[in-house]
Amino acid sequence: MIAFIYDKTFEGLLTAVFDAYVRKSFPDVLLAEGEPLPLFCEETVTIYSDKKKADRVWKGLEKKVSKLSLSGLTVSWLSELPEVDMLLFRYIRKALDYSKSIELNFGDPDVLQISKVWKKVSNERLRIMQFLRFQKALDGTYFSAVEPIYNVLPLVLPYLNDRFGDQKWLIYDMRREYGYYYDLKETIEVRFEQKEEHLLSGFLNESLMDKDEKLFQQMWKEYFKTIAIKERINPKLHRQHMPARFWKYMTEKQ
Amino acid sequence: MNETVLEKLKILAESAKYDVSCASSGTSRSGKKGMVGSAAGWGICHSFAEDGRCISLLKIMLTNYCMYDCAYCINRRSNDLPRATLSVTELVDLTIEFYRRNYIEGLFLSSGVVRSPDYTMERLVRVVKDLRLIHRFNGYIHMKSIPGASQELVNEAGLYADRLSVNIEIPNEKSLQTLAPEKDFKSVFAPMRYIQQGVLQSAEERKRFRHAPRFAPAGQSTQMIIGATADTDKDILRLSSALYQRPTMKRVYYSGFIPVNDYDNRLPALKQPPLVRENRLYQADWLLRFYEFKVDEIVNDAYPELDLEVDPKLSWALRNPHVFPVDINKADYELLLRIPGIGVKSAKMIVVSRRYSRLGSEQLKKIGVVMKKAQYFITCHELAMRTVNELTPENVRRILTQKKGRKLDDRQLTIQFQDVL
Repeated sequence: MIAFIYDKTFEGLLTAVFDAYVRKSFPDVLLAEGEPLPLFCEETVTIYSDKKKADRVWKGLEKKVSKLSLSGLTVSWLSELPEVDMLLFRYIRKALDYSKSIELNFGDPDVLQISKVWKKVSNERLRIMQFLRFQKALDGTYFSAVEPIYNVLPLVLPYLNDRFGDQKWLIYDMRREYGYYYDLKETIEVRFEQKEEHLLSGFLNESLMDKDEKLFQQMWKEYFKTIAIKERINPKLHRQHMPARFWKYMTEKQ
Repeated sequence: MNETVLEKLKILAESAKYDVSCASSGTSRSGKKGMVGSAAGWGICHSFAEDGRCISLLKIMLTNYCMYDCAYCINRRSNDLPRATLSVTELVDLTIEFYRRNYIEGLFLSSGVVRSPDYTMERLVRVVKDLRLIHRFNGYIHMKSIPGASQELVNEAGLYADRLSVNIEIPNEKSLQTLAPEKDFKSVFAPMRYIQQGVLQSAEERKRFRHAPRFAPAGQSTQMIIGATADTDKDILRLSSALYQRPTMKRVYYSGFIPVNDYDNRLPALKQPPLVRENRLYQADWLLRFYEFKVDEIVNDAYPELDLEVDPKLSWALRNPHVFPVDINKADYELLLRIPGIGVKSAKMIVVSRRYSRLGSEQLKKIGVVMKKAQYFITCHELAMRTVNELTPENVRRILTQKKGRKLDDRQLTIQFQDVL
């Protein structure tokens, strides 16, 4: 068994592909620094991320698969699933080795699996776009806390920038402890050393709220309650469309 | 903004909720500088109500006062219920503030008819006009066109709204006359025609002038109430199919009748809204729009009602066993779509994947084909044992409709716990 040790970045993964082709030996497992080695390990190779090598692999891929599928690879990477790096590695290798494009061969388990992971992450992105709720703060900034299972915040940004371009907003990933802030000019990634209360709870303290915020929250809650037709109540369908894990930060579910 | 608006919101949302349509699809518009919002072409549901229905738009009435007395409607004038009217500013504020908090995709505006159709329509148009021109709202707007409104007002509405709709409500003119004596088909179909004319005309103009205004870019939709009259599924689906032939009709909604006015003896007494029938109608509607079915294949004089036990596609397949089994690796796309258990996505995936290698049942399962149903209707290179022809359609139906009880394994001992007091 051959293990490659890399830094768990996408660039590192592409470098690993490059080095594997140079060495003409391919890994059975990809590990991070410090992860325990598998029981029977003949050889370990340490990969040093190299932008030039990564770019060359990416350029090679661009010749083999469409732009759409390439974005599928980066989106799948954001799933942060434990097995996704090896899956991507196999996919990239197949894409490079075959003369025809493999991207539509859903009979191949890796191609199908990538398309599934891709779909899962895209769904999570959509869910965040659907269910994120802004609270307006005193200074006019709209604050939203989310807890996506995949790291989809970067994928949600185009939507937020397009739609809420004339208001300041902060979207914060509670699980990964980072967020994005838009100040009417540009969107920047933010991390906080010292966390204020709303970064821990996900909700603005009443003293920090805009004066009408409470009323609008109340109105939305009332509206949400009223709009359901009693004769048709269907909790199963309700949960299916709006999984309970999102309720935590949704205004109407408080 | 104050507490009185909260009360009004409650009353008017209560009155608007029986309108099913809440789609925000059909228009793609990116954000613009100096304007609020954007529109996503596929529509986004921002929440789901306890009944499982999508909340995409702020669905609300401008007023729930109404001069009509339609038997099926909660807002009929003879009903004693709290009435309210929102002012233009209140409505605009609500929409924009909700929108900025990502609660909604836009506004769904409807109204009871006060004074005259034109008077009401004019007020609705004023709201959407204000919203667009003064408050620079760039999100989605769905507006009801009032039956009987004049062409000029419909034309003006189309400039500001993304989608316009007129509800047919009752699929048959005679029944409509009994339940809503003040309405007739003419008053419903005339605005529909105006909308269609407006859309086509604007499309034509935009070919010549790039900046010609768009007219209701998301087209129109309509709604029919199911189960309030004796009309069969055949009548309903034939009407839908005819409507879909028209160039601008995007969706027909079906709304299972909820007896809101149970004192009215022109209406049937139902314990439960006909939810299964409604679901089957939607499935049939999908077959019309995405599966290239003709309406007479789904319902006809021999089968005027949809089968409540199995879905319309399976029902069609069981009536036409001679078409099957279909060879997954050879059949063309249209035929693949006809196989129960294969949807649009699976059919497309099959078509592209089989270029690389022949597909087997294991791969089909992974692609997302519902093999439980599909196995009786297909052959692939390893699977050709028990198709619908060998088993007979009756048996396939029996197998597929069997209720799954919880299986008890009789080898398993059960331990009797004694209650400890």
